[in-house]
Amino acid sequence: MIRLWFKSGSPWIWLTAAAVSACLIMVLGVLSLVTIRGLGHFWPANVARIDYQEPGGQQQTIIGEIVDTSSTPAIMARSAGYKMADGETDLLQYQLKTGNRDLTGADFRWIQARHIKQQDYPENLTVIERREWGNFYGEPIAVKEEGKTIATGAAALAIALDKMAEAKLLIDEIKQLEKNEIGKINYAIDHLRLQQKKLELENRWDAAAQQQLAAEKAVYETSYKALQDKLAGLYAQTKRSSLVMKTESGVEADIPFFKIVRIYQPNTMSVLAKLSHYFSKVGEFLADDPREANTEGGIFPAIFGTIVMVLMMSVIVTPFGVIAAVYLREYAKQGFTTRLIRIAVNNLAGVPSVVYGVFGLGFFVYILGGNIDRLFFPEYAPAPVFGTPGLLWASITLALLTLPVVIVSTEEGLARIPSAIREGSLALGATKFETLWQTVLPMASPAMMTGLILAVARAAGEVAPLMLVGVVKLAPALPLDGNAPFLHLDRKFMHLGFHIYDVGFQSPNVEAARPLVYATSLLLVLVIVALNLAAIVIRNNLREKYRALEG
Amino acid sequence: MSEKIANTSDTQANAAASATYQQWRLLKDALAGYGVVAGGMAVIVAVVMIFFYLLYVVYPLFVPATAQELKRYLVPQPQAGKTLLLATEEQNEVAARFTQSGQIIFFQLATGDVLKTLKIAIPDGVQITSFAQGSPLNDGIVAYGLSNGTAIVLRNQYKTTYPDNVRVITPAISYPLGEQAVVLDDSGAAINKIAVKSNSDGTVIVAQSADKLRVVSLAKEESLFADESALARTESVLTPSIANITQLLLEKEGNTLYVLSDDKLLSIVDLSDKASPVLVQALELVGQGQKITAASFLNGDLSLMIGDSSGHVAQWTKVRAANNKQAIQKIRDFKVADKPVLQIVAEQRRKGFITVDAAGDVGVYNSTAERELIKQPIGITPMDSIALSPRADAFLLQFNDGSLQYWQLQNEHPEVSFRSLWQQVWYESYPKPDYIWQSSASNNDFEPKYSLIPLVFGTLKAAFYAMLIATPLALLGAMYTAYFMAPPMRQYVKPAIELMGALPTVILGFLAGLWLAPFIEEHLSGLFAMLIIVPLGVMGFAFAWQYLPKSLQQKMPEGCEALLLVPVILVSAWLAFAISVPMEAWLFNGTLRDWFKNEWGIGYDQRNALVVGFAMGFAVIPSIFSIAEDAIFSVPKSLTVGSLALGATPWQTMSKVVLLTASPGIFSAVMIGLGRAVGETMIVLMATGNTPVMDVSIFQGLRTLAANIAVEMPESEVGSSHYRILFLTALVLFMFTFIFNTLAEVIRQRLREKYSSL
Repeated sequence: MIRLWFKSGSPWIWLTAAAVSACLIMVLGVLSLVTIRGLGHFWPANVARIDYQEPGGQQQTIIGEIVDTSSTPAIMARSAGYKMADGETDLLQYQLKTGNRDLTGADFRWIQARHIKQQDYPENLTVIERREWGNFYGEPIAVKEEGKTIATGAAALAIALDKMAEAKLLIDEIKQLEKNEIGKINYAIDHLRLQQKKLELENRWDAAAQQQLAAEKAVYETSYKALQDKLAGLYAQTKRSSLVMKTESGVEADIPFFKIVRIYQPNTMSVLAKLSHYFSKVGEFLADDPREANTEGGIFPAIFGTIVMVLMMSVIVTPFGVIAAVYLREYAKQGFTTRLIRIAVNNLAGVPSVVYGVFGLGFFVYILGGNIDRLFFPEYAPAPVFGTPGLLWASITLALLTLPVVIVSTEEGLARIPSAIREGSLALGATKFETLWQTVLPMASPAMMTGLILAVARAAGEVAPLMLVGVVKLAPALPLDGNAPFLHLDRKFMHLGFHIYDVGFQSPNVEAARPLVYATSLLLVLVIVALNLAAIVIRNNLREKYRALEG
Repeated sequence: MSEKIANTSDTQANAAASATYQQWRLLKDALAGYGVVAGGMAVIVAVVMIFFYLLYVVYPLFVPATAQELKRYLVPQPQAGKTLLLATEEQNEVAARFTQSGQIIFFQLATGDVLKTLKIAIPDGVQITSFAQGSPLNDGIVAYGLSNGTAIVLRNQYKTTYPDNVRVITPAISYPLGEQAVVLDDSGAAINKIAVKSNSDGTVIVAQSADKLRVVSLAKEESLFADESALARTESVLTPSIANITQLLLEKEGNTLYVLSDDKLLSIVDLSDKASPVLVQALELVGQGQKITAASFLNGDLSLMIGDSSGHVAQWTKVRAANNKQAIQKIRDFKVADKPVLQIVAEQRRKGFITVDAAGDVGVYNSTAERELIKQPIGITPMDSIALSPRADAFLLQFNDGSLQYWQLQNEHPEVSFRSLWQQVWYESYPKPDYIWQSSASNNDFEPKYSLIPLVFGTLKAAFYAMLIATPLALLGAMYTAYFMAPPMRQYVKPAIELMGALPTVILGFLAGLWLAPFIEEHLSGLFAMLIIVPLGVMGFAFAWQYLPKSLQQKMPEGCEALLLVPVILVSAWLAFAISVPMEAWLFNGTLRDWFKNEWGIGYDQRNALVVGFAMGFAVIPSIFSIAEDAIFSVPKSLTVGSLALGATPWQTMSKVVLLTASPGIFSAVMIGLGRAVGETMIVLMATGNTPVMDVSIFQGLRTLAANIAVEMPESEVGSSHYRILFLTALVLFMFTFIFNTLAEVIRQRLREKYSSL
C-alpha cells in the first residue's frame, strides 16, 4: 500500500509543500523574533527583591529585573559542573539585571532558582536611568541640596522628580550652548584658520588681511569666552543637588540630578503608567542621541544619517538607472549590445557588495577624493576633506550598487507599456523624445518608483561597503546642520545597519546592548519590509492597469 | 484694425517661431537620443571600470623588480684605508664608509662628495683587528675589535632637521659604552673576531681572542640616585672552545650565538645565562667539498642565510622538532650562481636579501616568497663591499679598482608570488610548510603570511554549507509554488519568500551570531533530531491524510498543502527538541557536544560553519527560489497539459517534463545562489569567529575572502603589499561572481528563446 502511495507521487508533492512551509516559517520566525525582542526592550519590568543563599555561602539580598530564564536538564547540568540532588530534574536559572555597574562591576548576574529563599516586589524599589554607568536599582533615602538634606523617605521621591525636571532644563541649556553656539564659533574660528592658510598659499597674506582676520577672530573669541563663562556657571549649578540612594547591600550612593535621565518605581506603576513610560522610551529611542558608547539612549543620528545617505543616493541613481533602462527598451536595437548590457547589469547586481566597498574606497575616496583635495582644498592639508571616507562617496558607491535594481524595474515597466501607445503618439507627429517624455515615461513612473523604493530598501540595509566608504560608529556632527554649506558631503555619518553590527559585536558591554540592537533591528526591518511591500503593491497595481489597457 | 495687424504679425511670428521650434524639437530629439545611448553605455563602462580599477591596483604586485645604475664615482678619501663597511641612511642622501684605519667618512650618495670625516679614538700602536655590525641592523651599531684585547662600540645615527623647510640630514655617532675602549681580554691578545648586540637594556659582546671565545655582557642597571645608570658586567669563556672560527653571529636579543668555523661547521651557543654559555648544537651546513663563503641573519634574526662555494644560499632556522626541542633546520635553498657566493646582505624591514657572487652578479631575493627578483650582472670584478639601503630601494657597490656604483632598486612587493599566495610556505619558526594567513603583527620584523588558501577554503566551506541548506529548500519550494500551489496563495507566498532576500544581512548576521549560535550550542542534538523527525512527521501526516474522511479532505482547496503543513512542521520540530534532551542523555551520556569531543576529538566553536550555513542559507534561499520558480512557472502549459492528457500523474509530469525543460533555469538559479553565498560579507563576519583556519569540521569557524576584506581593509596602508593583496582578493571575488553570473545569464537568455519558440 505504501508502495502504491509512493508510486502515486503524492508524498513527493507533500515534501515540496513542506519546503515552502519551512521557508514561510523561517521568514515569519525571524520577523516575529525581531519584533518580540525589539518591542519588549522598552517595557518597564517589575523589579524583584530576592533573598538568595548559595549552599555554604552567606545569605544576600539581590535587587534586579529578571530578564532571562534558562532550564538545563539535570544530566547536562551535572556535566557542566553543577551539583544536582537526586530528585532534581532540571536546573532553573534566572538572569537578573542588577545594574549598579559603578559599584559592583557588572550589570547582570545569573542565579539558580533553587537557592532563592524569598522573592517579593516591594513598592519603594526605584530604578534610576543614568547618563553614565547604566541603571541604578535601590531605595531612595534623601534629597540633598548643597550638602544639606532637604527631604527624606517617601517625600524624597516627589521632590526628586521636581529636581530632576529642573536639572533637565539645565542640561538642555548646556547642550544648546555646547552644541549649537560654541559649535558655531568653533566652526567659524576653524574657517578663519583655513582662510589664513589659503591666503598664505596664494601669497596674499598681507597686513590688511592679517588685520581683518585678527579682528574677526577677536570678535569670536570674546563671545567664546562669554559663552564659556556662562557654561561654567551652568555646570556649577548642576552640581548643587543630588539624590541619595541605598543599594540592596546597604551602600549609600550620591547621584547628582543632572546625571539622571529617568526615575521610576515599576512595582507601583499601573498598566497605563507603564504604557506611557513605554512610549516615552520609544520616543527617546527614536529622537535622542546615543549614550554610553551607543548602548543606551537613542539612535537618532543613525536614523538621520541613513536617511540623508539614502536620499543622496536616490538623487544619483534615479537618472542613471532610468536612462539606461530607456536605452535598453526604447533606443537600442535588440541584439549583441543590449545582450552585453543586460549581462553587465546582471553582473553589477551579482557582484558582492564588499567589492563595491573596495572599489569605492580605492577609486572614489583615494583617487577622486585625493585629487579633489589637491585641486580645491590645498589649505586643509595634511587633513583630508574628500580624500577620506564620507557621505558623498558612500552615496555614490551605493548608487552604483543599486543601479541594477532601478534599471531592471524601470525596464519591466517600459516593456509593459503597449506599443500602440507609442505608435499613436508618433503617428500624431511627436518626435521620439516627445513620445518618451510626454507619454511613455509618465506611464512608467510607477515602475521607476518601484525600482527606486527597492533601491532604497537595499541601500538602507547594506553595511559591508559602507564600512569602507564613510560610516563610523559615532559621528561628532550630523551631515546636515546650521553651518554653511549646511549639507556636509565630506562628513562621516552613522547608519542603522552599521549601528547594529557595531553595538552587537564591537561593544564592550554586549549583554547590556543586546536589547537595544533588537530594537534597532526591528526599526530597520520595519522600514525595509514596508518599503518592499509598497514596491510590491505599486507593481501589482501597475500590472493591473496595463492589463486593462491591453484588453 | 489694429487687432487685424496684430493678428497678421502674430501669424508671421508664429510661422517663424514654428520653423525654429521644429528645429528645436528635432535638436532636442537628437540630443536626447545621444544622451540615452551614452547612459546605456555607461552601465558597461561601470562594470569594466570596476574590473580595470581593481586590476590597476593589483597590477604592481606582478611588476618585476628592476635595478638601475644611477651614478658612478671614485671612492671618497681612498687614503683612509680599506673599507670595512658601507652603509646608507633611510632617505638615500648620505652614505658612510667605515675604514680599516678607524675613520668614518660620510659622503653624499648622489655625488660622492665628502660631508664629514670622523675618527674613533684608537690608542697609538694599536690596530683594528676585527669589525662587526651589531644587531639589529637598523640601530646602526658597529663594533671594532682592537689588537690590544679591547673593543670600541659605537652607534651611527642620522638626525633629520627642517631648517627653512628643507630637509637636512646630519650624521652623528655616539658611544653606548663610552668613548674608552672596553677591555675584553685582560691578557691583551688581539680580538680576532667580534659580534655585538646593543639596545636600551644593555650590550652583549662576543669576541674571540687567543683561541678563546669570550662573552661580555654589560647590562644596564637602573639606579635611583645616580643620573647615569651603571653597567653590570658579566663575563665568561666558552668551554670547550671552538677552533678556526670564521664568523660570529649574535641575534638581537643576545641569547643565541651562532659560530661558523672550519668553513663548514655551525655551532649554536645558548647565551641565556651570560655567565655560563652552553653549546647546544653543532652541525655541518654544507656538503662534501663545499665551503661556507658568506653568512648573514635574515631580518628578525630568526634565520641564517648561508652562502656556499657551490653558489647556493640556504635558509636555516630554528624549528620545534618532535621532542619539543628547538633545532636548526634548512627550510629553503636558492641557487644563486655557479660560482661561490661572496656576500649576503639582509634587508632591514623585510625578509629579503641581496647577494654578490664570484661571477660578478648581484642578486636580489625574497625568502618567504622564494623568489629571485633581480639577477644583475655588474661586469666589473672583483667587488669589495656592498651596502643595501634601509628601505631596500638602493644599493652601493665598491670595487677593488677604487670605484663606487650607486644603484637604484625598484622592488615594491617582493613578498608576493604565486607560491606565497597559493602554495604551502615554510615560515620561520614553523614546524612544517603550511597555508597561513596572518597579515599583521605588533613587531617590526614580523614575516607577513599571505596564503590565500585558508580564505578561499573558508569561503567555499561557508558557501558549501549554505548551499547544502538552501538548495533543497529553495528548489523544492520553487517546484511546489510554481506548479502545485493554488494561484491565489501563490500571489502571497512568492512575495513573502522574496521578502527574505530583502532582509538586511546585518540583521541575519546579528541574529545568527547572538541568538542562533548560543541556541544551537545548547540544542545541538535537537537540531539533528529535527532533521530526521520533521520529514518523518510530514510524511506521516501526508500518509494519514488520504485516510481522512472525504468530506474533511474536500474542505481543503487543492494546492494548499503548504498551509496545512505549517502546524505539522512546528509540532514535529517542537517534538524533536523536546525528546532530544532525554535522548541525548541516554545515548551519549551527557551532551552531544562533549560526545563529539571525547569520542571523535571534534572540538566545538560557538560560531561555526553550521550557524553560517543556516544564516547564509536563509539569505540565499530567496535568490534561488525566485529564479527557479520563474523558470518552472514559465514552462509552456502545452507541455504539462499534454503530459497530463497522456495519463502521467502530476508528479510524473513535474519530474519528467517540467523539471527537464526548466533545468537550465534551475541550474542558473543555483549558480546565482552560489555567487551570492560566496560574496556575502556581513553574515559570515558576524556568525563566524573569523579565524582563518583550515578545518573541514562543521563545528569550526572560518574566515571568508569577503569578511577578510571587511576586517582588514580599513587598517591597511594604501599602496602596501597587504592593501594590494586585499584588492586581489576583491578581484578574485569579482571574477568568481562575474563568471557565475554571466554563465547564469547566458543560460537564462537561451532558455527564454527556447520557451518563446515552444
